Amino acid sequence: MFSVSELEVGGLPALTFEVAAGRILAVSGPSGAGKTRLLRALADLDPAPGRVAWDGVERTGMPAPQWRRRVGLLPAEPRYWERSVRGHFPAGASGLEAGFRELGLDPGRLDDDPARLSTGERSRVALLRLLARRPRVLLLDEPTANLDQDSAARVVRLLTGYVEGRPAAAVWVSHRPEEIQLADRALRLPAGELTEAPGRAAP
Amino acid sequence: MISLTATDLLLCFLAVGALAAAAWAARLGISGQLLWLAVRASAQLLLLGLVLRFVIGSTSLPIVALMAVVMLLVAAREARRRQQRPLAGRSGYVVSAAAMFLSSFLCAAFALVVVLGPDPWWTPRFAIPLLGMLLGNTMNGVALSAERLTGSVVSSRDIIEQRLALGETRETAISGLVRESARAGLIPIFNAMAAAGIVSLPGMMTGQILAGAPVGEAVRYQVMILLLIAAGTGFGVLASVRITARRLFDDRHRLRLDRLTG
Repeated sequence: MFSVSELEVGGLPALTFEVAAGRILAVSGPSGAGKTRLLRALADLDPAPGRVAWDGVERTGMPAPQWRRRVGLLPAEPRYWERSVRGHFPAGASGLEAGFRELGLDPGRLDDDPARLSTGERSRVALLRLLARRPRVLLLDEPTANLDQDSAARVVRLLTGYVEGRPAAAVWVSHRPEEIQLADRALRLPAGELTEAPGRAAP
Repeated sequence: MISLTATDLLLCFLAVGALAAAAWAARLGISGQLLWLAVRASAQLLLLGLVLRFVIGSTSLPIVALMAVVMLLVAAREARRRQQRPLAGRSGYVVSAAAMFLSSFLCAAFALVVVLGPDPWWTPRFAIPLLGMLLGNTMNGVALSAERLTGSVVSSRDIIEQRLALGETRETAISGLVRESARAGLIPIFNAMAAAGIVSLPGMMTGQILAGAPVGEAVRYQVMILLLIAAGTGFGVLASVRITARRLFDDRHRLRLDRLTG
């Protein structure tokens, strides 16, 4: 269970919500509403007063790098810093080629210079490099924003499969109605109102 | 030894004056500044001469120590002034001062106690010029490397934060930039060592020879100074990039660019 209570993210009302493992919370709202700021606070990249905990353990209860390996953030505009695409994956990570194929990427790109990836490839590879670290909570900042329909559908399939299989809790920022439909609940910013969404797992 | 008189120095001003006239004719817009700096540099050196005559003539440890501390503080201020976005508040100042204190003072003490061995070891005629040369060069290295580090952290902010977001520690996330910045700070002294005696005649040695010292002595002193400067600058740069890098993050491994000015 990923639980957040009385979290104060600059300019927003104090937020309280829970996301169980295997479930998705959709976050939506106009630009500048604080969606990215919320994700950064949850990843402990910005200071924000309040409680954020995974399985009863507060974020301050462990060193920040350890927290971020459990609560992984997918940035909206992924960057690359190593010489090869492969360099961004943990040494000895298995199933990289399979993951690439699942997202419609050529596994040969693993040994490419990341500068040669297209915008769409950059965002898909960033998702794979995050999932390779096996986080228990996913903080997703518009994971399909730069993708065509086919790639977006592949990303959604991979993500929902991971959330159910790991199982992991996901906080999913999105503007697409079909993605918000996947969630059990939806958080609307900047008001911070929480609504029950149809939810794929609800009876 | 040929003594230099005030008239001799004024003659040297003619050279700068000619340059100022040429710059004025070419509309470079720097003539005023050039003349002012020539006057200012000369005044600073003459004033330093007065202070040195007093300090070098003294046999009081507190006076030598006071002079050393003043030199350190001036160098720290200058190192901070040369950075576009230094650490805000007092810490920018303290980081440079600490780095230069560690390196320059230790190197100077080593040279005085182990190498030269005057009695007492802090004899101002040796201690003050040594420390001055070490501080001046270390200051360059410290300023260059800190400028490089803060500049590249600002421009690589997204990359650093995405590395942190994947669970890397602050040390790993910034390690490449720390290495680059340390190298940048060492470039001038590397160049100086490579060019020493081939492309350039080092200023200290030239000065000694002109003032009538035996060439062999002058050369050996220059070798000593060059090696000490390399060591002092190196340790100063390493200390300054380490401490600066550490100050750029908080205990939760968050990048804190709000700790930079501007």
